[in-house]
Amino acid sequence: MKIVLENLTKLYPNRNKKIKEEVVAVNNFCFEIPDGKLIGLLGPSGCGKSTTLNMICGLEKPTEGRIYFGDDDVTDLPPENRGVGMVFQSYALYPHLTARQNIMFPLENLKGEAKLTKEEMIAKAEEAAKLVQIERLLDRKPSEMSGGQQQRVAIARALVKRPRVLLLDEPLSNLDARLRLQTREEIRRIQRETGITTVFVTHDQEEAMSISDQIVVMEAGVVQQIAKPQEVYDNPANLFVAKFLGTPPINVFKGQVKGGALYIGENRVMEVKGIADRPVTVGIRPEGFVPDADGPLVCGQIGVEVMGRDTSIVAKHPAMEGVQIRTIVSSDSVIDPSSDTVRFQVRPSKTILFDPSTGAVLGR
Amino acid sequence: MNKQSLKSWLYLLPAILFLGVFMVYPLFDVMIYSVEEGYNFASQSYFGVGRYNYSYVLRDPYFLQALKNTFILVIITVPVSTGIALLISVMLSSVQKLRDLFQTVFFLPYVTNTLAVGLVFMILFKKTPYTDGFINLIIHAFGGAGVDFIEGPYWAKMFVMCFYTVWVVMPFKILILTSALASVDQNLYKAAKVDGTPAFRIFYKITLPMISPMIFYLVITGFIGAFKAYSDEVAIFGTDLNAAGMNTIVGYVYDMLYGDSGGYPSFAAAAALILFAIVLTITCINLLVQQKAGVTAGVS
Ligand SMILES: Nc1ncnc2c1ncn2[C@@H]1O[C@H](COP(=O)(O)OP(=O)(O)OP(=O)(O)O)[C@@H](O)[C@H]1O
Ligand SMILES: [Mg+2]
Repeated sequence: MKIVLENLTKLYPNRNKKIKEEVVAVNNFCFEIPDGKLIGLLGPSGCGKSTTLNMICGLEKPTEGRIYFGDDDVTDLPPENRGVGMVFQSYALYPHLTARQNIMFPLENLKGEAKLTKEEMIAKAEEAAKLVQIERLLDRKPSEMSGGQQQRVAIARALVKRPRVLLLDEPLSNLDARLRLQTREEIRRIQRETGITTVFVTHDQEEAMSISDQIVVMEAGVVQQIAKPQEVYDNPANLFVAKFLGTPPINVFKGQVKGGALYIGENRVMEVKGIADRPVTVGIRPEGFVPDADGPLVCGQIGVEVMGRDTSIVAKHPAMEGVQIRTIVSSDSVIDPSSDTVRFQVRPSKTILFDPSTGAVLGR
Repeated sequence: MNKQSLKSWLYLLPAILFLGVFMVYPLFDVMIYSVEEGYNFASQSYFGVGRYNYSYVLRDPYFLQALKNTFILVIITVPVSTGIALLISVMLSSVQKLRDLFQTVFFLPYVTNTLAVGLVFMILFKKTPYTDGFINLIIHAFGGAGVDFIEGPYWAKMFVMCFYTVWVVMPFKILILTSALASVDQNLYKAAKVDGTPAFRIFYKITLPMISPMIFYLVITGFIGAFKAYSDEVAIFGTDLNAAGMNTIVGYVYDMLYGDSGGYPSFAAAAALILFAIVLTITCINLLVQQKAGVTAGVS
């Protein structure tokens, strides 16, 4: 089932009562989430991800705008009538109940027609437990389970009612790195198996990139870009998105377009077409640097780091923004680790030009 | 003894000394008193050792009256005060506006002197040649016949007594329960709401289990406190509680020591130890029930 968000806006009264101005948590969010897809909602802390999710789920009422599940307008429905399952960042498992009781909890609330017998409930709970592979742990309490296992119980609890929409609010942030990797694969698998339209909130770009069908990048309550993961990386809509995605992050320089060529500082690095003479902000991905003794970009070399299969040259340049440039180069490049300077060719496909004042993309 | 345990004994020493001098020694002293028959204050002598003090106390109608009063007080006030405090705390935690004001109002009796509150109760309930008391005026207004709550029938006095006790212990319970309620993870409520859990089920299935350790704590301390009731009775019915028929076990102990008919430390000691045994038993039962009920939630 698709979800349509129409001009969704949420204002909170300011916590500091002396200030009248309201906090804009989400600003005019428009998006149609296709049926059966997994959407990653990505953005820095405080950008309004949870607020968006809470509005979809019904815990928060939007100040403006409407929400549709399929063709139904659910904006004014309470959560239980929307058919949503939610997994919280802290899991929110009931600590005094066993895993089985936790998973059965939503079923016990069903009334009237939907009411189930005890046997049906147990069967459904076990089915959900099987899906997340915790059949053996059903009689344990949350305190007797690892973080990852609790996480699965929370997912099972969210799935047991067969929701039309599954919402996950930073479900992996309490797990250690390895478990996080494993669990996100698991979530992907479960989502594929069930085909439930899913919204996954995270502030970890790698997480969003690896499991989402589409990524929504938010900042300060405003949607910056909605696109496929690779697309967001290759074609960021603006400087914020470019900076937010990618590890190591994109390298940013102050530059200048003069007579059809791009200058970074004094270095004439490449030809550019279709941009009139003007100052620009230049973003170059770490893999956009190719060491070359005759390359046009002359940098001071700070160090060379070998990180597994990658080699990284850390350098500096007078026109750079930030403290250093981090590049990733193929490990067979000829590098003199003791040298003070290093010169690069710059790959045009990994270079993006932005308007210095608005951050909008000018060209590449 | 190795160095480590020597050290720990050293650290424990102040506490052990303190408890020993002020708790263990007196307890043993009381036990000894309670078996010394015919103890004489003046000569500090006694006839012999035996169970006579206990059998005297257990046959003393004043003690039996005090025992009955105390039990009625405990059985009525502990559940009632805990229940009402829970109700008020739940309501307090669901209001946003004026919450601080309400909290202060409910907490005021706690910082008010017992005797002062007792005086107010006297004014509310006491019949004097000039007035029937505030409560009786209200009863009259509704066409009922007035009752003398302070010197009238037993049930009326008991009612005032229980009412007063509930009133006095309530603020502390409300304080404990509101903070217990506030410490419940709000995400649990959000999760329950997403699943469409009705309010009463949220209360029974989530709130109550989460705060049950605190409720048990209140019940246990409530029992102990009510068994030790004395000053509240004096505040309302005056010092001659035996005459009023409103004595409590602690009151009886006091009377045996210092009252007009006092001067019998052996009887007092025996009564005190009977009270000790009762409180110990009740507390053990409470703890057992708590364990059986598996009250561990919220501890994690
Ligand atoms: N109940 C509230 N009252 C006032 N302001 C709020 C409230 N809830 C959230 N906000 C504000 O709204 C903005 C968005 O908050 P939100 O919780 O949606 O952020 P988030 O993207 O989920 O961040 P995080 O990654 O830290 O969870 C923040 O600036 C926050 O301070
Ligand atoms: Mg959040």
